[in-house]
Amino acid sequence: MINAWWIIGGVLFALLNTAAGLIWLERRMLALWQDRYGPNRAGPFGLFIVLADTLKLFFKEDWIPPFADKVVFVFAPAVVVASVLMSFVIIPFAPGIVVADMNIGVLFFLAMSSLGVYSIVLGGWASNNKYSLLGAMRGASQMISYEVFMGLSLMGVVVLSDSFNLQKIVEAQRTVWFVVPQLLGFLIFMVAGIAETHRLPFDIPEAESELVAGYHAEYSGMKFGMFFIGEYLGITLISAMVVTLYFGGWLGPTFLPPIIWFVIKTFLFISLFILLRASMPRPRYDQLMEYGWKVLFPLSLLNLLVTAAIKLWLISE
Amino acid sequence: MFSLLRSMWLVFLHMFHKRDTYQYPEHKAPLPARWRGRIALTRDPDGEERCVGCYLCAAACPVDCISLQATEDEHGRRYPEFFRINFSRCIFCGFCEEACPTYAIQLLPDFEMSEYNRQNLVYEKHDLLIPSQGKYPGYNYYRVAGLAIKDKDKGEAEQEEPPVDIKSLLP
Repeated sequence: MINAWWIIGGVLFALLNTAAGLIWLERRMLALWQDRYGPNRAGPFGLFIVLADTLKLFFKEDWIPPFADKVVFVFAPAVVVASVLMSFVIIPFAPGIVVADMNIGVLFFLAMSSLGVYSIVLGGWASNNKYSLLGAMRGASQMISYEVFMGLSLMGVVVLSDSFNLQKIVEAQRTVWFVVPQLLGFLIFMVAGIAETHRLPFDIPEAESELVAGYHAEYSGMKFGMFFIGEYLGITLISAMVVTLYFGGWLGPTFLPPIIWFVIKTFLFISLFILLRASMPRPRYDQLMEYGWKVLFPLSLLNLLVTAAIKLWLISE
Repeated sequence: MFSLLRSMWLVFLHMFHKRDTYQYPEHKAPLPARWRGRIALTRDPDGEERCVGCYLCAAACPVDCISLQATEDEHGRRYPEFFRINFSRCIFCGFCEEACPTYAIQLLPDFEMSEYNRQNLVYEKHDLLIPSQGKYPGYNYYRVAGLAIKDKDKGEAEQEEPPVDIKSLLP
């Protein structure tokens, strides 16, 4: 058993570096898909652009608008990073390498990702700016409504594995990854996950072509950096959750250690997120809501009911 | 739904396409011959200045970035005493080139003229003069104009007939 502090430190170190590295990765990948090079000057493969970006953010003026609600304005960006980092507590990176092996891991993840919505709402509200407020309203309704069937869609996995504990869920995928019996659930979870991290194409709270920058229009310097890091951490979190719930977590052929399998799978899903950004147009706000409540919500309910029915039928056999 | 997947796939395929970027300082983009870049004063085939100091370029310039002073040498050949272009104002419209009656002022395919000091963007005549005929090789204003200067009297220019003796009645 590894010392818990080592795990906590290692996870924090790896995550914050991943989030920073994703700045570079996203720009390079987007450039690759748009027949460009992206940042390739500073350091090997342009990797030092991360350093340059961070330094720039640190030295920028940390401006709080005089009309803003100061306490809430400062508090809001911290919430998103904190809540996402808290969610990582329950992710099993490899057998035994998990910060908190909770029996209610899935519920904890849902609770923490719900808290993330406070960041957007408070940030937009405290900015005292109409664009920020519009972004915050959109963010609140989008995240709250997509959370509903995000939870419902992964209940199928819980039914199949008989547990809320993510390590047990991974162990239950020894024979077959849950993406096979739960393909619909996976697709719904993926869509909801994109909406939950408000990434493109569902970046409606930000929507730079409509709302300037949405809820973080008034933010600058490291406070904006927090929103930025929070978004990248959110991508990593959703990718890690998809891998854990549907793609067998650390499971894989034995020629590579389990943690490497986990990292490879997560990286593939992060790349998928970036590909989505490179190729999708942004839907209209009402389209997003309609799609969520009229299509995905009934589908996820149906998915849960059918999964539960088959499970009951198998037990009674 | 299908169109979304299709567009994702097509964007993904761009991974294997050739990139369009020129890695600028190492690889420069080819510039067309008529690119409107750095302004230069060209010389005629004899190596003399083409500019006759007519002020048409300065008059045509929409941002007033050209200033010059015409003068004459002892044989009556006009040339600019000074010729100054302020490239911090120049918009590279090429009107001066169009206005020039002697093909002297020409815009060249070169844009790398950045400076750290703004004053260095003011080019004097010795910065502008180039030892080249530019885009019009072989053209020499004084060889085709009916003006008497050194080594060439009236009627000796190319395609010019000798002057008519108006005091004679003979055809």
